[in-house]
Amino acid sequence: MANLSATFLDWFASRGWTLHPHQAAMAARADEAALLLVAPTGGGKTLAGFLPTLAELADGAHDGLHTLYVSPLKALAADIKRNLGTPVEEMALPVRVEDRTGDTSATRKKRQRADPPHILLTTPESLALLLTYEDAPRMFSSLSRVIVDEIHALAESKRGDQLMLCLAELQSMAPGIRRVGLSATVEDPAAIAHFLARHPDTCSILNADPGPAPQIDMLRTAELPPWSGGGGKYAIPRVLEEIKKHTTTLIFHNTRAQAEIFFHNLWLANEEALPIGIHHGSLSREQRERVEAAMVRGDLRAIVATGSLDLGIDWGDVDLVIQIGAPKNVKRLVQRIGRANHTYNAPSKALVVPANRFEVVECVAALEAVREADLDGDPRGPGPRDVLCQHILIRACRGPFDAAETYEVFRSVGGYSNLTRQDFDACLDMVATGAYALRAYDRWQRLKQRADGLWELRDPRAAQHVRMNVGTIADTDTLKVRLKNRMGGRPLGEVEEGFAASLTPGDTFLIGGRVVRYEGLREMTVEVTRRADKPPKIATFMGTKFATSTQLSARILRMFRERDFSALPDHTADWLRLQESFSKLPEADRILIESFSHDGRHHTCVYGFAGRNAMQTLGLLVTERMEKAGLEPLGFVSTDYAVLIWGLNQVPDPSPLFDGDNLRVAFETWLKGNAVMKRTFRASATIAGLLERNWGHKRRSGRQASFSSDILYETLLKYDPDHLLLDITRDEALKGLVDFGRIEEMLTRTAGRIDHVILDRVTPLAAPLLLEVGKVPVIGAGRERLLEEETERLMSAAGLDQF
Amino acid sequence: MNGQSILFSGEALELLPSGAFYWPSNDLLVVSDLHLGKSERVARLGGALLPPYETTDTLTRLAADIDRSGARNVLCLGDSFDDAAAAVSLEASHRATIATLQAGRKWIWIEGNHDPGVHDLGGSYLAELRYASLVFRHIARTPCEGGEISGHYHPKARVRSASRPCFLVDSKRLMLPAYGCYTGGLNWTSPAIRGLFSDQATAYLTGQRVLAVPLPVAA
Repeated sequence: MANLSATFLDWFASRGWTLHPHQAAMAARADEAALLLVAPTGGGKTLAGFLPTLAELADGAHDGLHTLYVSPLKALAADIKRNLGTPVEEMALPVRVEDRTGDTSATRKKRQRADPPHILLTTPESLALLLTYEDAPRMFSSLSRVIVDEIHALAESKRGDQLMLCLAELQSMAPGIRRVGLSATVEDPAAIAHFLARHPDTCSILNADPGPAPQIDMLRTAELPPWSGGGGKYAIPRVLEEIKKHTTTLIFHNTRAQAEIFFHNLWLANEEALPIGIHHGSLSREQRERVEAAMVRGDLRAIVATGSLDLGIDWGDVDLVIQIGAPKNVKRLVQRIGRANHTYNAPSKALVVPANRFEVVECVAALEAVREADLDGDPRGPGPRDVLCQHILIRACRGPFDAAETYEVFRSVGGYSNLTRQDFDACLDMVATGAYALRAYDRWQRLKQRADGLWELRDPRAAQHVRMNVGTIADTDTLKVRLKNRMGGRPLGEVEEGFAASLTPGDTFLIGGRVVRYEGLREMTVEVTRRADKPPKIATFMGTKFATSTQLSARILRMFRERDFSALPDHTADWLRLQESFSKLPEADRILIESFSHDGRHHTCVYGFAGRNAMQTLGLLVTERMEKAGLEPLGFVSTDYAVLIWGLNQVPDPSPLFDGDNLRVAFETWLKGNAVMKRTFRASATIAGLLERNWGHKRRSGRQASFSSDILYETLLKYDPDHLLLDITRDEALKGLVDFGRIEEMLTRTAGRIDHVILDRVTPLAAPLLLEVGKVPVIGAGRERLLEEETERLMSAAGLDQF
Repeated sequence: MNGQSILFSGEALELLPSGAFYWPSNDLLVVSDLHLGKSERVARLGGALLPPYETTDTLTRLAADIDRSGARNVLCLGDSFDDAAAAVSLEASHRATIATLQAGRKWIWIEGNHDPGVHDLGGSYLAELRYASLVFRHIARTPCEGGEISGHYHPKARVRSASRPCFLVDSKRLMLPAYGCYTGGLNWTSPAIRGLFSDQATAYLTGQRVLAVPLPVAA
């Protein structure tokens, strides 16, 4: 159906609306097999996506599921359900809309499978789960359209790969489905279009009018930004002033922990008791829903949030966005700014607040990039094989399958279009038998090939195991937090297990903006009370730590080279000049290394500007080589621009440590033993179904914990070093946390030119690193020596050293 | 050999960095919680297909300890197998390894909650064993008569940021860490473990060499 009927036009007119040109275009081109709409936030993207569906369903002739809407957020699905309610009701359309997420009740989910609504709103994980059921082909046979919202966000992670494999499977059940992608402004729309379309089909791109340029500035404060940290506490009085001047302010933070601390401090300073809320992914569903509802009613003047609010949820009258901390990535900043001013033609208004002195430099560089519309981003690599393994299992749960057919289905996904049959078969073999050099599971294979050639689950009950492990979001080992009372207590949210382990009864910490007191651990739940009598420890939430993009790092180095500090506030310009007089300013084509003593330890600071993850890898790599050289390194800490290493001995000449060829060779051996590989292995093994997601949690008090995935990794490496999963782990580690690509980029641009500056004191640029959190210990001779000293000290303190 | 000699219930014992201990006066090597056949059991129940190398790894380490100590007597303190079926379906090569280790030695299997009863491997089968001033049983008993050697809880210590399997010792009890490869551990401060020991208890961390550290006082 190409055109909208009179009912729709009347309804638009009755509300005083006119269709945006891109909304009309979406309706006119509704028959295209794949269509990508790129529009700024507030551009009526979602309505543009749904108009053709509503038009097609208006006559009541369609039976069963018509449109599947997939978004990265549960909250977004709920929001869309609310928003679709209005046109459906007011035009009296015969359309049933339901959502299905992790929060949907089991009875409702079961009913949806038997009697699906016309429009189903869901997430990639819930969709993958639906595809494990035998009746999926019946449920999806009537499917006509799939709308992928916020596709730019999904394309950034394995969730996107999972979704595209799901779409390929849906297309095999309903060959005629049309795919629609809705995207915020991105640097490379063609890449997103390729990601969306069925391979090798093409996908047209519709660009909406980007609207007026945003008004964006750095927040100027009388108070100086601190030397390190990411809280932005110093700016609270100014942020409060801005909140008072605006109707509704959204305050974004890069991590959940920072959002908690900031909210706590904002509340303490909030003398007029302005209604302010907090929203992030570690809070309980009840907490989040309360804040969302208050926001929609317009009851809140400000909301402190993290990425969970990044996406296109309609929050009503937001007229100011404040970004606390450097945005790390220009594209994300632009998307966050777009949250303000949902009236399409008014410019968005935003303020960026650097959290520390170095971030002032980064914020200035990011603002320049926004003004020049110079967005950043990395190309998408081939589809990860761990996700492919999971989909083989999902396919098997649905019933017996033919390997060749399934291979062809998966190859219609852009990311997997270059997958060879050999690679596919290797994944199938791993899923079926474990693919161990020693064929140990002949009797207990997961999948078996039948006499007719089809593959099926050996034990149909295994489907239950598979369902419990569907999804690609990493398991971060969090524990639920509850208020302690006889009735079981109200859930408040989650904290990381490592953090919970560090608590002793009586300790206090922040969650949901409140200080709570740790009382104890019961049935793997953290029990707390409201008795807050100590200053809080800070809950450490995993959250994602973004690395400063290559493009943004290059801009900063360019500013250093040009010595153009005119855009910087005086305090920051002075700081950089001070650095130059003591040592040097880092340069793009040289590595600056400073050595100095501090606090009884020898320190070495390396300015690589390769982003947080690569700098972390560089730290691991270099300390490994220092350990071999007998320099007894103890630990290091990394930021986006530098890594600071300390140890028991001085580094006389760092050049051999940074020799490119040596680094590359060392990298291969080092990679196998390092913690990042172990963490990546855990994630990949879980996704591929070789490790069960719930193992970290499936323990009751008084029982020994499950063994760690580290032991699995070490065992596999020792006895089966060529195993497929180790190969997959290496691939994934290189892409993600290891980020060796950016170390290569650094080595290429510096080409062995190293400046080693030896000083008798800390330099201005290195000083903030001493205050950084997230120090990584180096497990080696130096630390073993200190551990022995520590145990001896404890024994003698306890008077036990005579025994 | 990087071990640590202790006096427990009047007996001189040598705690080894691997998590075994050796009793020189009786030429006895003691290990606990081998959990042989764990990966096979998980697969049988329809779960994940774990790397099936833990039995090889555990037996290799045990052979090394027997070889180094030269012990003529070996005692496995329960949960030697992950379940009864795992003992039955043990691979031929692993059976042969165990038979080689048993040749010329006295071998005692104490039963555990995972492996009650008798399997078809050589050696004697006992619910518990009293010898000299010591009593060997899988799960610590309360109240405790003293001289008790047990396993079961897989104790693990946390010092600085290191987490290591450990022995726990006070005047009445000695608890062994789990020796098996895929066994995990329970934190030494968890009430199930901490409640069994007095405030004068000492933990001996396994690793490159045995390190002694006081068990933290109960909260």
